[in-house]
Amino acid sequence: MGDAECGGLPIAASRVDVVRGETQVLSAVDVSIECGVRTFILGENGSGKSTLLRVLHGLVAPTRGSITWGGSGLRPPRQAMVFQRPVLLRRSAAANIRHALKLAGVRGANSDRCIENALERVGLASLANRAARVLSGGEQQRLALARAWALVPEVLFLDEPTASLDPPSARAVEAIIRDIHALGTTIVMTTHHLPQAKRLADSVVLLHAGRIAEHTPAAQFFNEPRSAYGRAFLEGERL
Amino acid sequence: MNTIAESLSVALAMVMHLDPRVTAIVALSLGVSLTSTLCSAAIGLPLGAAVAIGRFPGRDALIVALNSAMGLPPVVVGLVVYLLLSRAGPLGPLGILFTPQAMVIAQTVLIVPLVAALTRQIVDDAWVEYREQLQSLESSWLQSTLTLLWDTRWSLLTVLLAAFGRAASEVGAVIIVGGNIDGVTRVMTTAIALETSKGDLPLALGLGIVLITLVLALNVGAHVTRHWARARLG
Repeated sequence: MGDAECGGLPIAASRVDVVRGETQVLSAVDVSIECGVRTFILGENGSGKSTLLRVLHGLVAPTRGSITWGGSGLRPPRQAMVFQRPVLLRRSAAANIRHALKLAGVRGANSDRCIENALERVGLASLANRAARVLSGGEQQRLALARAWALVPEVLFLDEPTASLDPPSARAVEAIIRDIHALGTTIVMTTHHLPQAKRLADSVVLLHAGRIAEHTPAAQFFNEPRSAYGRAFLEGERL
Repeated sequence: MNTIAESLSVALAMVMHLDPRVTAIVALSLGVSLTSTLCSAAIGLPLGAAVAIGRFPGRDALIVALNSAMGLPPVVVGLVVYLLLSRAGPLGPLGILFTPQAMVIAQTVLIVPLVAALTRQIVDDAWVEYREQLQSLESSWLQSTLTLLWDTRWSLLTVLLAAFGRAASEVGAVIIVGGNIDGVTRVMTTAIALETSKGDLPLALGLGIVLITLVLALNVGAHVTRHWARARLG
């Protein structure tokens, strides 16, 4: 791993509840995301994975409890998120990255250089001027990763980024995630794909019905989960 | 039947040979309607986008009001603008009643709700899709508004074309505030109404042909633009 920058880390959620209408989505969640670690959030559908990811990124405010980034209650600027279905503007691939850089205050020659590098890294340099929305699903997700990468984030949040991709595209996205992490970015990702989590994760947060069932190093989780729910989850059983 | 055929023949000749009476009226019509469309764009686009993205007390009521105002009767708008601009009205000192400026104001009042309401709907749909990504990028309210307006520009162009079409084909408001003065405030719709009542069917028909052609061309333009944009930008 490269030299991690950790001004906005650890991200600490303390007794976080999220309630939507009558539904308790997250209950008393305590979790800490450490610098340079690839943390994977696992769980069944509806267990609150995506909501927890959004809380950690600052997109969703907790109903109760608190969230801090590097000890501060203010979300730091150097974070990025890639969604399951990439949200791309109706512009060229390069213009999508330029827009993100402009919002981050990067303009001119610096911006051009960042765009070129980011597209090169994800293998989309030849498609820089192609309209983003006419790219294939895999290319769109790589472009979303390039946009995030161009921002040089301390933390990259990924919400099931390979869920709708074919295996080769998914592996390409995995390789990019590895590269981004190798340059020092902390990764927080949700997935349903256990082999992928096994390949990429350093740490696993397992959610069950909005509560943390366990938070363990990935190697331990996949060999000998601490919780009964963890064992059942790995065996594909419901508790 | 012969009268209609003869009138149509004369009307076509007037249009083809760019009869000065026809061209003067068409030029004024286009000038007034284009200006009012630009004014309505300046007001309605940001207003619609602000209502789409903003969350404030009374938002729902404002949306209902904008949607309802799309169906404002032109004669009522004309009457209200007339009262405002008349000598005794609050804007009387401007002295612009029975001028093209008054017609621009009336048409703008008429089509601002159309532009704002349709912009609100289009930007609202885009906001649902883009909201989390833009918030993740820490896009400010103003930056998000500009991003959404730019990204929906082809749909919004269709809105503006529709607004121009409504302005150009409207007669009730402009005849009240413009007075249908020959060479000053006589536009296509008011001229058609007048010439028909006078029995000058060729001029009325000629202007009708131009008006219908214009509206048709606008719709073709909107359709082609939308398809081109979808194919090129996704």
